[in-house]
Amino acid sequence: MAFYNKIIKKSIWVFHVSASPCNNCDIEILDLITPGYDIERFGIKLVGSVRHADVLLVTGIVSYKVAPRIKQLYEQAAKPIFVIGIGTCTAGGATFKTSYNKAGVPLEKVIPVNAYVTGCPPKPEAMIDGVLKLLGTLK
Amino acid sequence: MSKCRIPLGPFHPLLEEAEFFDIKVEGEKVVDIEMETGWMHRGHEKISETRSYTQSIFLVERICGICSTSHPFAATHAMEDIDNVEIPERAQYIRIFIGEMERIHSHLLWLGLAGHFIGYDTLWMWTWKYREPVLQIFEKVSGNRNHYAMFRVGGVSRDFDNALIPEIHPVLDMLEKKMLMIAGAAKDDPVLRSRLKGVGVLTKEDAINYCANGPTARASGVDIDVRRDDGLEYNLINFDVIVLPNGDVYDKLVLRVLEIIESVKIARQCLDAFPKIGGDYLNKVKHISPGEGIGRYEAPRGEVFHYIRSDGSNRPLRHKIRAPSFSNIPTYKASCLGIPLADALITLAAVDPCYCCTERSIRVVDKNNKKLEHNLLTMSREKTANIKKAVAGSEKTPIDRIFED
Repeated sequence: MAFYNKIIKKSIWVFHVSASPCNNCDIEILDLITPGYDIERFGIKLVGSVRHADVLLVTGIVSYKVAPRIKQLYEQAAKPIFVIGIGTCTAGGATFKTSYNKAGVPLEKVIPVNAYVTGCPPKPEAMIDGVLKLLGTLK
Repeated sequence: MSKCRIPLGPFHPLLEEAEFFDIKVEGEKVVDIEMETGWMHRGHEKISETRSYTQSIFLVERICGICSTSHPFAATHAMEDIDNVEIPERAQYIRIFIGEMERIHSHLLWLGLAGHFIGYDTLWMWTWKYREPVLQIFEKVSGNRNHYAMFRVGGVSRDFDNALIPEIHPVLDMLEKKMLMIAGAAKDDPVLRSRLKGVGVLTKEDAINYCANGPTARASGVDIDVRRDDGLEYNLINFDVIVLPNGDVYDKLVLRVLEIIESVKIARQCLDAFPKIGGDYLNKVKHISPGEGIGRYEAPRGEVFHYIRSDGSNRPLRHKIRAPSFSNIPTYKASCLGIPLADALITLAAVDPCYCCTERSIRVVDKNNKKLEHNLLTMSREKTANIKKAVAGSEKTPIDRIFED
């Protein structure tokens, strides 16, 4: 495990899962890989398949329709995998706190979570900070 | 030739949002397309009934993060429509400015994603680079990069700082120059032309039959724009509605580029007006009387429609929302059939669909016999009848009059 943690810090591949968000955290995640922020300089890369991913970025309140699919995605991912909830929705529901269609508020009701980055939406700097802080905890 | 079924989604690298497409192909040719929606449903209309009018505006802002001014714009129009509230002139200019800057950022976002879908990542990186200063302007004006929280019933929540005007003009100049460059590139670039020209054609008849609106309709030759047709704030501004004839993806791309240039012109008119027009930016509304109101606004994707029914309390009795993608998404049936699978993906993306905006309702189905658990239509009619009884003064409403005619 220590060897793996040492390697993963060099280059982490993230997969973006949108689970009933308002799209805002999603476009900010995409903003990360464009020239304004360019997280590839930290070795962080957005990948197309969950089987290649080291980190899942989950956004939104998880609706009842999406919840089984999120579980399935988590099971398909190669372990160990780290999950980061992006946005206040994943942590506390934000404005959708009283919604009748929320299965995952907070997100750990559905899948295990390693970190939350709150904000509506969190600034891209905050997301980078969240990912790097999570890596800092690995021994 | 035998048919083959290709599932796309719900979590697919192409799709930013969770969405499921069931595409049937014969060889390379798409012969049928079905879609399944409902992954993004969060129950806005129901939550809105439990919030006060001011809180409702923050809620509808979070229907969609990309067009997060359009929904409050239409919702405040609906609330103001009940009492015919007058809006101060400065507030009208601030509303237009925020709305147009959002149109610029939304269209730039689409341009980039369209480039990504046809495998032309250079376009993606460039357009999103130009989008970044727009978001920084939003941060300076409102305090947040997205979700600006600028709207209130009767005006806007905060004033525009005139000291920012010299900072914003260079960004608008840069955007205009770069958009002319991209328009030129679309004209000359063999990659864009060969991937987009004549692909996914939506004819004028189909656009009218499927009730398409926004850029999707305008690129097919339908001259429709709520900003011009409804007027209201936009009567203060001179602008052109851009209409292109062909209806293919190429025209949709060019139309959006030209609309950005038009939005830059509108934003410049607002900036010129700000120093001249002082005064109040909020006409405080303390009470909304019983009645019903509608509000419309031309979002970057088309017409947003909000209906609000008030019973005189501080909360809406009924809040109905219709987003532009609701009528734009079914045009897939007209534009996607008969084209190669590789072109179908960019055609799906070309209407700039926003599923978060669209998904306003869910069906509750019994797991075992697949029947509807409740007859939702009957329940809805019963609820409307009860509301009618409950609303003070049973005068005939505009909706009643429409049904009588």
